[in-house]
Amino acid sequence: MAGLHKSEFENQVVNWIDTRMPIFTMMQKEYGSFPTPKNFNYFWNFGALAMISLAIMIATGIFLAMNYTAHTSLAFDSVERIMRDVNYGWLLRYIHANGASMFFIVVYIHIFRALYYGSYKAPRELLFMLGVVILLLMMATAFMGYVLPWGQMSYWGATVITNLFSAIPFVGEGIVTWLWGGFSVDNPTLNRFYSLHYLMPFMITGVVFLHIVALHITGSNNPLGIDVKTPQDTLPFHPYYTAKDSIGICVYLLVFAGLVFFAPNFLNHPDNYIPANPLVTPAHIVPEWYFLPYYAILRSVPDKLGGVILMFSSIAVLFVLPWLDTSPVRSSRFRPIYKQLILLLVVSFLVLGYVGGQPPEGIYVVLGRVATAYWFLHFLVLLPILGKLEKPLPLPESIARPVVRRPPPGGGGGPLPQGATAKPMEKS
Amino acid sequence: MSDTATVRQAITTVGAADPSKRDFLKLLTGSAVVIGVGAIVWPFIDSMSPAKDVLALSSIEVDLAPVQEGQAITVVWRGKPVFVRNRTADEIKTAEGVALNQLIDPQSDADRVKAGKEKWLVVIGICTHLGCVPLGNKVSDPRGDFGGWFCPCHGSQYDTSGRVRHGPAPSNLGLPPYAFAGDTKIKIG
Ligand code: HEM
Ligand code: FES
Repeated sequence: MAGLHKSEFENQVVNWIDTRMPIFTMMQKEYGSFPTPKNFNYFWNFGALAMISLAIMIATGIFLAMNYTAHTSLAFDSVERIMRDVNYGWLLRYIHANGASMFFIVVYIHIFRALYYGSYKAPRELLFMLGVVILLLMMATAFMGYVLPWGQMSYWGATVITNLFSAIPFVGEGIVTWLWGGFSVDNPTLNRFYSLHYLMPFMITGVVFLHIVALHITGSNNPLGIDVKTPQDTLPFHPYYTAKDSIGICVYLLVFAGLVFFAPNFLNHPDNYIPANPLVTPAHIVPEWYFLPYYAILRSVPDKLGGVILMFSSIAVLFVLPWLDTSPVRSSRFRPIYKQLILLLVVSFLVLGYVGGQPPEGIYVVLGRVATAYWFLHFLVLLPILGKLEKPLPLPESIARPVVRRPPPGGGGGPLPQGATAKPMEKS
Repeated sequence: MSDTATVRQAITTVGAADPSKRDFLKLLTGSAVVIGVGAIVWPFIDSMSPAKDVLALSSIEVDLAPVQEGQAITVVWRGKPVFVRNRTADEIKTAEGVALNQLIDPQSDADRVKAGKEKWLVVIGICTHLGCVPLGNKVSDPRGDFGGWFCPCHGSQYDTSGRVRHGPAPSNLGLPPYAFAGDTKIKIG
């Protein structure tokens, strides 16, 4: 008999299962004793929060689907029925609609964390790129979900976004017709969007799994951005970070509940409570808030194809970020100039978000162009040269050193992650 | 036992003696797989293209009699809005008077209407930028600086011939296939 697992669990049932299929051992290793840098700040909560968001979206989505009808003549009314007649339907829908916003807030902060502390650098490039894939899948999912209630914004959002593909030379029109399954956004479009909206969250779940696999090989980055060197630098994930994550989850749920119960339509657009009308475009169409920055980039270029290319590149550039940033130092704490630039990048993202919600005239066009220019300048020009020009501050010797003066009684600390030695050069 | 060994050795010998044959077999297998996968994937992809009932080219008849000079109406053809405008003599003259080199998508007014029926302009009412329905059919609508249509989404402007005069739209409003069926009736499609 080859390869039965030697389980160390005392509970007989657990032991019996674990011997034949060591999932308990695996959970214990990856979430129990998993060695985690001991200096995490609250920015490290957002990965767990993103997971919770995904779970909430899938749970509420599955129950909404039980009452939703994907047909142009019934969709709007079926959502209204969910709101008025289905028991707690209003709650499910408001959680789902606001959950999408919460998910994006969390993921944007999660990405900011990666940029600020250099988590995208070796050896975590693949981990970071998988994260960008998740962002793209989320955007596709949220876009298609917003089409489902079949209000005016749903319809015209779908029209404008699918039309982006018509900018592709020669094959563009054909692609758009294929996406629509007809000659305009119509019932075939709604049906396929519903099918894909149901599918994609599970694809996201799959990529999240790969994201975690990669994370557990390289180990987490930390606010100092230096590698874990000794067991004194780490703590076991449980109970230390399960506890810290729980605090974050409580705050997250408080904000979430505030939105759902006190301002459920704050982030929605009133026009989406008007049934879709293919003959009348609302005077002011805007996408959901989390797409506004990209929408602003699209509109800041007066050329159709150029705008579309620039918009897609604004995210695509993240895929090559690990190779654009030439500095060997990860954390902004030790990069005096980068620290300012990354804040400028955040400002330009916020400005783009603001401009995206305004009419494309006058000062907004100028602001949008300046912010777009900075976005690309930052990644494509400043980061590559900054690594050569900037003089980083001296790095601490280890994570444990600046925190603990003398070794704690009994040695303390936890084990080392596997990939802790795969590190880029460290300047000091 | 020794049989298998012999066969295995024979295979290795053949492979070693004639590498091009092995390469050829690999190539052949590879292409068969690619063609096979393609043949299986295509039905999935093509199932998303417009179905036969959607394609069944619908045509509609429009009675022009009630449309007064200076007015425009919107009719639906293939799920899309089509604008039918009864142009004033002034509007026709401006449309014809524009030099082609001033246009983003050069096309003469004569190419966009039926000869002898210059007052009727029939265009697909979908902005060629990203597909919004431009404003300008109602008297109270903004018509932009060129007297035709104004797109509220990103500010494109069209003239009285439905030609784009101000971006971001790249081309003129589309022309549906149509023919006059009598003096005051057209058949679109
Ligand atoms: C990544 C996870 C998900 C995101 C970001 C997301 C996003 C959205 C958004 C933004 C809406 C429009 C809400 C509104 O304004 O009414 C929506 C609607 C909907 N979603 Fe999701 N969703 C996710 C997962 C799911 C899943 C897994 C299902 C089904 C199993 C689902 C089923 C539905 C249904 C039936 C609607 C239409 C009802 C409604 O409009 O409230 N969603 N989704
Ligand atoms: S869709 Fe008309 S200007 Fe963009």
